[in-house]
Amino acid sequence: MAVDNDTVRRIAFLSRLRVEPDKLEDTKQEFNKILAWVEELGEVNTDNVEPLVSVNNESLLLREDNVTAGHISQEVLANAPAKEYGYFVVPKVVE
Amino acid sequence: MSEYIITTEKGKWEVICGLEIHCQIISRSKIFSGASTEFGDDTNENVSFVDAGMPGMLPTLNKECVHQAVKTGLGLNAVINKYSEFSRKNYFYADLPQGYQITQFQYPIVGEGTIDIDLPDGSTKTIRIERMHIEQDAAKSIHDMSPTKSFIDLNRAGVGLMEIVTKPDFRSPEEAGAFLRKLRSILRYLGTCDGNMDEGSMRCDINVSVRPLGSDELRTRCEMKNVNSVKFVMQAIESEAKRHVETYESGGTIAQETRQFDPSTQTTKAMRKKEFAHDYRYFPEPDLPPLVLSDEFINKIKSELVELPDAKKSRFIREMGLTPYDASVICENKETAEFFEKAAKGHDAKKVANWLMGDFFAMLNEKKLELKDSPVSAENLGALVELITSNVINGKTAKDVFAIMAETGDNPNKIVEEKGLKQVTDTGAIEKMIDDLLASATDNVTAYRSGKVGLFGWFVGQIMKQSQGKANPVVVNELLKKKLG
Amino acid sequence: MTDLTDLTIKDSLTKLKAKEISPVDLTNAYIKKMQDNDKYNAYVTTTTEQALAQAKVAEQHYMNGTNRPLEGIALGIKDLFCTKNIRTTACSHIIDNFIPQYESTVTQNLLNDGALFLGKLNLDEFAMGGSNETSCFGPVVNPWSKETKLVAGGSSGGSAAAVAAKMCAAATGTDTGGSIREPAAFCGVTGIKPTYGRCSRYGIVAFASSLDQAGPICKDVTDCALLLNSMAGYDAKDSTSSQVTVPDFSSFIGQDIKGLKIGIPVEYRVDGMNKEVAAYWDKAAEMLKENGAEIVSVNLPHTKYALPTYYVIAPAEASSNLARYDGVRYGNRVDGNGLDELYINTRTSGFGKEVKRRILIGTYVLSAGYYDAYYLKAQKVRRLIKNDFDEAFKKCDIILTPTSPIEPFAIGDKKMLENPINMYLNDVFTVSVNLAGLPAMSLPIGLSSNGLPLGMQLIGKPFDEGTVFKAGYQLERSANFVRM
Repeated sequence: MAVDNDTVRRIAFLSRLRVEPDKLEDTKQEFNKILAWVEELGEVNTDNVEPLVSVNNESLLLREDNVTAGHISQEVLANAPAKEYGYFVVPKVVE
Repeated sequence: MSEYIITTEKGKWEVICGLEIHCQIISRSKIFSGASTEFGDDTNENVSFVDAGMPGMLPTLNKECVHQAVKTGLGLNAVINKYSEFSRKNYFYADLPQGYQITQFQYPIVGEGTIDIDLPDGSTKTIRIERMHIEQDAAKSIHDMSPTKSFIDLNRAGVGLMEIVTKPDFRSPEEAGAFLRKLRSILRYLGTCDGNMDEGSMRCDINVSVRPLGSDELRTRCEMKNVNSVKFVMQAIESEAKRHVETYESGGTIAQETRQFDPSTQTTKAMRKKEFAHDYRYFPEPDLPPLVLSDEFINKIKSELVELPDAKKSRFIREMGLTPYDASVICENKETAEFFEKAAKGHDAKKVANWLMGDFFAMLNEKKLELKDSPVSAENLGALVELITSNVINGKTAKDVFAIMAETGDNPNKIVEEKGLKQVTDTGAIEKMIDDLLASATDNVTAYRSGKVGLFGWFVGQIMKQSQGKANPVVVNELLKKKLG
Repeated sequence: MTDLTDLTIKDSLTKLKAKEISPVDLTNAYIKKMQDNDKYNAYVTTTTEQALAQAKVAEQHYMNGTNRPLEGIALGIKDLFCTKNIRTTACSHIIDNFIPQYESTVTQNLLNDGALFLGKLNLDEFAMGGSNETSCFGPVVNPWSKETKLVAGGSSGGSAAAVAAKMCAAATGTDTGGSIREPAAFCGVTGIKPTYGRCSRYGIVAFASSLDQAGPICKDVTDCALLLNSMAGYDAKDSTSSQVTVPDFSSFIGQDIKGLKIGIPVEYRVDGMNKEVAAYWDKAAEMLKENGAEIVSVNLPHTKYALPTYYVIAPAEASSNLARYDGVRYGNRVDGNGLDELYINTRTSGFGKEVKRRILIGTYVLSAGYYDAYYLKAQKVRRLIKNDFDEAFKKCDIILTPTSPIEPFAIGDKKMLENPINMYLNDVFTVSVNLAGLPAMSLPIGLSSNGLPLGMQLIGKPFDEGTVFKAGYQLERSANFVRM
């Protein structure tokens, strides 16, 4: 299933990545090469096969409801490129 | 059955509405991290590295959140799914540190259920629940602190949420309102969510469409997100339904979109359209194996389940003879119902109900007190009613006694003793008082006997005054009638 | 004076306990090797001062008799493990300034056992690659390179090269589709990816959550057992961590393999296979047979679908795991007009080509309308691949295959660059192991006619690293490969 330029642009936006207009064609070709290759999966009969969601059969263990983390605002903010008054800062979001 | 029909010159329309309610789970720590869920602490104080989406961080599921979800599911008469999976909902936004939300997509923990709602006309309607799942809440962004910047506080990021999705069973704003009140009541009874819409711990998304009355088509619906009061939910449904009708009747079409309800103008407006639609790319969360619940786990919760509002209400009607309306009011709040039951134990339940809903709540209101801080205890309220029922005091005296109880917190028996307020029931004594009165008020006696029946009240009043209000009014009435003729 | 860096961890510990050598001297020897071998570009961050300070502490422990299992052993740490207060970059420009305020569980385990860290090792950016050429710090040069600079393999190229050139006693690596085994094979050293869930993933920068596993890269099989003992173990902070008891892996070293059934998968003998690789494969089987093992033919019918399955699932999970790199809470931020522009600018300039490629593929295969055809399909084929192994393991105890279909190639090799798929094809022998969650080891079997190392892979049953160590040790003895 080959993709077109619009799809590449849409996927790029969903990934928050920019594909320069002059690189769009190359990106699309590469994309299509890889997709053609993985398309082989279509050959496999997977009727009545359950998807493998978890490779080990151990089920999810639950954590006791205690406050064991937090109160580390300095460490949480330590690597922030932009912070003010203890908040993370981003460009103004307009709804 | 309430009928909400929008009637215009051109025709009649009916409203179809469904709700999605996000309820913050009551737990000490967050659903996938050990940070506190405490509200109102310093910025970014209750944030773990997991909540901040730091590299290499992984989620761990809080047992209490699972517990609360199962409890809630049982309270919704719903199927508990022993097998459920977590999924990632992928999108980019300032309040989403990981770039995805951990939720449940294909396999939620709770399946179909029902809630019965009580409508103003006394009828009940069953609203069907489609499903309920658990997920993470997002962080808080503040947009109005600066003209060029938005500020992010991650304290709320990762707090557990239960998302309840109803089927599109609502046909009027009132039904939606009744549902939200009932849901809130159930959640508070169970202790799984505090239901405080004004604090944001319960938020409602609304889906609205309309159709010509009598048809069974389903037309395009619009969504309104994060409405945070029952009143606004009802207003939003009304205004949005009206907009749909107006649009259709003027030949237009309704576009499927998300709209924002503005309470100040009572209208909805379309939110800014994005260039590319959201594509959440749900897939099973690889950091969390499937959740498998044992029968034992579920049955234990079932056995510990508190009596829910509907069951309690039925029992109050059946065993204590309350009217459906009174039972409804009393049972809306678990603490009130428990207070009432304690007060009514061994006493006249209907009288206790009247006192509770009347003088008692009026007193709390006036003193601006919560039930838990009431100066009048349940036992004492019950004792007061007992004094009336056994004719120790009359109704008027009781009000005086109650006023004193509210100030002192004392037991009514003690107050009556100390102030000598016991009702005078001794017919002999009353008879004597009446005889004395009739002997002295001869003009009024004559006037009464010659037709001025209105004067009867005056005679009663005099005897009451004479007895300092303690005479048993029933006896006074009987004897006066006999003697006056 | 013998070169202290030649000593295995096992021998180092013996000598340290006997106080024949000191941890400080040992550490200094490795530090000198680091300085002399800068040209391999194995280290991206060095912490030699701290290492020496820790070595002095180790010395005290030996004096007091309070020495721990890895006391004074100098390790290199793949720069994918978050190390507290030590820069951790995943070799990506997007977080090349990140200082973790927390330690990964695996590195904490190593510290708790007395190991010391010499620095952080180079890798393919975000562990995506098979040649360590996608690192923002430049490629790692294989110490076996002669005139032409060769790749060290990937993604744990820095780890394998550092061990091969004796710039550390051993290193940690991670393996998602072969990233421990392939570089180990290319650099003539030994590495093991344990069963999925053996080692905690807490604090390891995530690439593909259902496939990633940490493991040791060492001079030999015995050292791998010692290091894995320390690294492995249940961690409540990782919900995919296994509660299966961790045995003493070193107890399997030297156990005989009489009657052990070695499975040779028919489908791995691909058309046009490198003749030398095929020959060594046969030779390895012979060696095991000479040690008393039995060779049986097994089938893994879905082998040819393992690569496309992997290249759907891994990018899909990666596209989601890498969404958190947005310049808001950490990393290199490139501002923009509005939130989306901030994200786009930061991510476009911060991520390298291969990472961006995989994110796009991953986003696509999960997107509306394509989920069923790609991701869901791949998860189903994954189950079939796992079933294949379950069936095969009814007939044998362990499976023997080559690690890589080719020998180490040149950095900047044109064929690899012209089509990304050519690089992906190198993973043909290794990816199905990650898809099935099995333990697998690569150890050097011999040199190619170009004098370059080739490795053999031993794949075990779930949680049966024991048999892998057992067979691996015997094969190592028979192969008698001479390290650099």
